[in-house]
Amino acid sequence: MNGVNQCLTLTWRGIVKLRRHPAALADVVFGPAIFLVLFVYVFGGAISGSTRDYLQFVLPGMLGLMTLLATMGVGVALNQDIEKGVFDRIRSLPTLRIAPLVGAIGGDVVRQVVAIVALLGFGLALGFRFTTGPLPVLAACALALGFALALSWVWVLLGLALPNAQAVQGLGAVIIFPLSFASNIFVPTDTMPGWLAAFVEVNPVRHLMDALRGLMLGGPVARPVLITLLWMAGFVAVFAPLALAAYRRRSLTS
Amino acid sequence: MRKLAIEAYGLVKRYGEVTALDGVDLAVEAGTVIGVLGPNGAGKTTAVRILATLLRPDAGSAAVLGHDVIHAGHQVRQLIGLAGQHASVDEDLTGRHNLTMVGRLLGLSRRDTAARAAELLAEFGLTVAADRPVKTYSGGMRRRLDLAASLVNRPRVVFLDEPTTGLDPVARGALWDRIRALVAEGTTVLLTTQYLEEADALADDIVLFDHGRVAARGTPTQLKRRLGTQTLDLRLADPARLDDAAALVATVVGQLPARLGERLSAPVADGAMMPAVVRRLDDAGVEIAELALHLPSLDDVFRALTTTKEEAPA
Repeated sequence: MNGVNQCLTLTWRGIVKLRRHPAALADVVFGPAIFLVLFVYVFGGAISGSTRDYLQFVLPGMLGLMTLLATMGVGVALNQDIEKGVFDRIRSLPTLRIAPLVGAIGGDVVRQVVAIVALLGFGLALGFRFTTGPLPVLAACALALGFALALSWVWVLLGLALPNAQAVQGLGAVIIFPLSFASNIFVPTDTMPGWLAAFVEVNPVRHLMDALRGLMLGGPVARPVLITLLWMAGFVAVFAPLALAAYRRRSLTS
Repeated sequence: MRKLAIEAYGLVKRYGEVTALDGVDLAVEAGTVIGVLGPNGAGKTTAVRILATLLRPDAGSAAVLGHDVIHAGHQVRQLIGLAGQHASVDEDLTGRHNLTMVGRLLGLSRRDTAARAAELLAEFGLTVAADRPVKTYSGGMRRRLDLAASLVNRPRVVFLDEPTTGLDPVARGALWDRIRALVAEGTTVLLTTQYLEEADALADDIVLFDHGRVAARGTPTQLKRRLGTQTLDLRLADPARLDDAAALVATVVGQLPARLGERLSAPVADGAMMPAVVRRLDDAGVEIAELALHLPSLDDVFRALTTTKEEAPA
């Protein structure tokens, strides 16, 4: 029970920080909105013929993009805690050994939920309409959040292994940009050359996108959801043990 | 012999090619203050991190209040507090939120946490600033909050890693007072510092680290005495008689004293020479305005016993 309380306490810390930090909150709330407006009104007409059609296409994409971008925050936050000594403060207390990691992820979940609500609210205000029902839409949000959680372990590993927050952000961009642009987040993939289409085919983001669009706009969902869940399981199976090993190298047992 | 609060045997820690600790032994009696003194890179922080269960030594063993730091880390963490360079507070949170976080992580109830936080904030003179983010605090306030955060669980052993580095003298004095109050309550304190003055002012015993080894240990007085010679300083009521006095002092101490302005300063082998000097000057009718016998300062000891990396033989 104590362990659960510790994780909740560290998640609470994330919420307080977000509340007291208007810049960070603005980033979470308005970041997706600005992306959405730019994409819809700059590229939308050219890509889909009308901004309205493109909004329908790209909003689920933005949801996916956000989960990719936001998970980077876990690595950055963890790295800053280590650098500034907050990590050692927590570890010098009789807490669950894994509490600082869970706390970093927990704080991020709160941020993600805020960001998802803001994005959907903004999309609806611009004229986006769900064509399924409330349950599939909730399932889409849950899937995006789950994907972010699974991906968080990659960032935990990088946050523990890299020397500073800039390095985490730098490497993060290198990983995220190809994964997001070489996918169907922003555009349909029909016009991409063969080699790129082949990459898109294996890009896990693509399946996440298919699943999100299916759940929000209708269409087949069983296969893409299943593949996405398998990818998530894969991320956790590979990167959670690696992250924990990196964590253990930095700390003691017992 | 009293119970040992901290004990360490042959601690070794390497970072790649660099040996941070090279076989360090420590024994600290409960209720005392030990000052771990040394230049940057001497291994002070590494030793603290091992004792606070944050780092595993490559060799050797250590225990806090009888609990092994490697195999009983959880028990150790229930009894210690850590503050200083490397265990710090969250700058984005307020002072009160920082203490609340620690209290809740320690498993205190909401009510107990709030009470303890208020109590510590008052004790450390932070009540007014309690609800401001820590990043608006001065260096001294931040260090006081840091120390307060390490005391939420009323630890029996407190590790302070360079608690006053970078503070101005007033802020340092305020922190010293808090540390003294802690010791008066019976807490064992291990304090690392680069300031000899600080070790001299607070520590019962001093361990001098140099290149990961213990270069010297003892009470501040013992360490000063290791340098042997003491210095006799005197000032005359009538400066015109300085030459006479110098000659007279020389007959007692065996060498001509140095003249520093209107003062005479002479090394003396043992304390008994002081009364002899006084008698000789008195017999000659030379009036003494001021007379003092100095042990060498800890700074002298520090310089004599440590070598900087550049000076170290290859």
